[in-house]
Amino acid sequence: MIGEGTQSTNQRRHNYVQESVEVGFFTDPTVCIGCKACEVACKEWNEVPDDGFTWLGNSYDNTGHLGASTWRHVLFLEQDRQKGNQIVGSHSLGDGNGDDPFRWIFLSDVCKHCEEAGCLEACPTGSIVRTEVGSVFVQNDVCNGCGYCVVSCPFGVIDRRPEPLPNAGGAFKCTFCYDRQKSGLVPACAKVCPTESIVFGRLDDLRARASQRVQQLKQTGHDDAQLYDPQETSVRGIHAFFLILGEPEAYGLPPKPQVPTIYLKSAWTSAFATAIASIIAALVAFAFFS
Amino acid sequence: MTSNSPSEKRLDELREQAWDKGVVEGRGVDVAGGPIPRRPGYYGEPVVRPPVWTWEIPIYFFIGGFSGMAAVIALIGLIFDHDDLARTAMWLAAIGAILSPILLILDLGRPRLFLNMLRVFKHQSPMSVGAWILFAFGGCAIPGLIALELHARQIFTGGFEQFLQVVAFLLVLGSAFWGMFLATYTGVLIGATAIPAWFLHRTLLPIHFGVAGLGSAIGLLELLGYRIAPLGALGFLTAGTQTALWIWLAIDKHGAADRALHEKGTGWLIRSGEILLGPLALILRLANFVPLAGISFLLGALISRFGWIWAGKVCARDPEAVFASQR
Repeated sequence: MIGEGTQSTNQRRHNYVQESVEVGFFTDPTVCIGCKACEVACKEWNEVPDDGFTWLGNSYDNTGHLGASTWRHVLFLEQDRQKGNQIVGSHSLGDGNGDDPFRWIFLSDVCKHCEEAGCLEACPTGSIVRTEVGSVFVQNDVCNGCGYCVVSCPFGVIDRRPEPLPNAGGAFKCTFCYDRQKSGLVPACAKVCPTESIVFGRLDDLRARASQRVQQLKQTGHDDAQLYDPQETSVRGIHAFFLILGEPEAYGLPPKPQVPTIYLKSAWTSAFATAIASIIAALVAFAFFS
Repeated sequence: MTSNSPSEKRLDELREQAWDKGVVEGRGVDVAGGPIPRRPGYYGEPVVRPPVWTWEIPIYFFIGGFSGMAAVIALIGLIFDHDDLARTAMWLAAIGAILSPILLILDLGRPRLFLNMLRVFKHQSPMSVGAWILFAFGGCAIPGLIALELHARQIFTGGFEQFLQVVAFLLVLGSAFWGMFLATYTGVLIGATAIPAWFLHRTLLPIHFGVAGLGSAIGLLELLGYRIAPLGALGFLTAGTQTALWIWLAIDKHGAADRALHEKGTGWLIRSGEILLGPLALILRLANFVPLAGISFLLGALISRFGWIWAGKVCARDPEAVFASQR
């Protein structure tokens, strides 16, 4: 938390990997200033290549979305709103004058590290694994680039890196800085976040802290503050959860994400029935039409 | 600034587009408080990722489909003493067993690591199950064809010849077993994903792909000269089933969630595939134009596979499809 200085969980050394403690990210847009230090720190530490500059014109966001070469992505939401005022900028929290029809929200998006991860279940090579801290990690040297995780992620996070970028052909996403965590360091994005909009820490602590923050915002008049952590769907919760203002759709977040393995039963039943029916049909055709 | 300046002209264009279509294509036009309707979600950015698969995958679905079901025909042919038909069907199966892995390896991001597919077995991953099905199918179909050919040419005599006959039968049995799953698992593969146009039709897809595989195997065998009654009957059955599936898909619409299957280019691709597979093949068969019916069905099977993969790409780029499927 801001003001904790070196005692903040973003700055302290830890032994979470050694102690197998579940960790998470809590990302809070109400204190984000849109500096994109997380995007830069992530690229630098993880040696994520430059995938070219495209002018998108999405407010001040020209990154677009998460992908094989973008593991942190700061969203710039411009919202028309008749009530309420900007949370960041010249207006202070809940001063209630309500004149500004616009609000501007920044949110640093990242891989959600699902409890039931679609990419991990789908990976045919066993390249994608669950780590001691509960994060989802892609072992780059094992991945053969089949692309099945890409269509299995309900959040559209993981992607295959195209030629001619370095290490092209493999699937990439946020590693939760597993290498840093193993040495007791905090993930690069959380370490550099100047406002602690990104907080790294123990999952249970962060969940408590997040619901506290939602309450606090609601008390100050931000009725549309809510936690984005889909625990009721088959994803069963995420390790990197977000506080959001308004509906998840505006952030490009699916309102009810589902892990695709829930579709297996009906699809395989259909496949088995078709297979058996084909054999029977062929037997009948040859027995009665010969 | 005069009204003839390029920026004013561009603005006029945008205004016209906004009036006509209600949406403006272009970058940087999607701003709060602006006169232009805003795109859904986060500036219309996709919510789920489009598949990275290219032309190899639909062609693999097509080849895997007919070769898997050809092995089924081969087995039934052997049981009912159509030895010649069984041998030809096994040729189709073995050719498919060779081409399929080549296509799959070509599509990998790192083809040199293709063997990692057989590093683990994961029942919850249709991609893993499929890789093992294809491996087992190839392991039966290729030696199965060799055994069948050696038996047919009577190269050996006596006890070994009898042994060879038993081995050939067992290998054809194995090919048929794995083949029927090779032809149908592809429906599970794309049905159990996060892409609405695919997962909403996860029951239809394995039936559609499996029956298209069976009909394609029959079409190919008929084109190769096997104009026999049982194949004709199966030809009617497959074209009839595809007609029923065409109607099913036309009724089972999910609005914005699966509009990629019904609208624009991919909609036409799927529709023309279905018409070639179902009604047209059926009419041509009724009119006794059997080779034409076979060609129509084969074309339809190929086009429809491309249609489904490309519809998945279009659907994944459409944030409204994802939202609609979850509301």
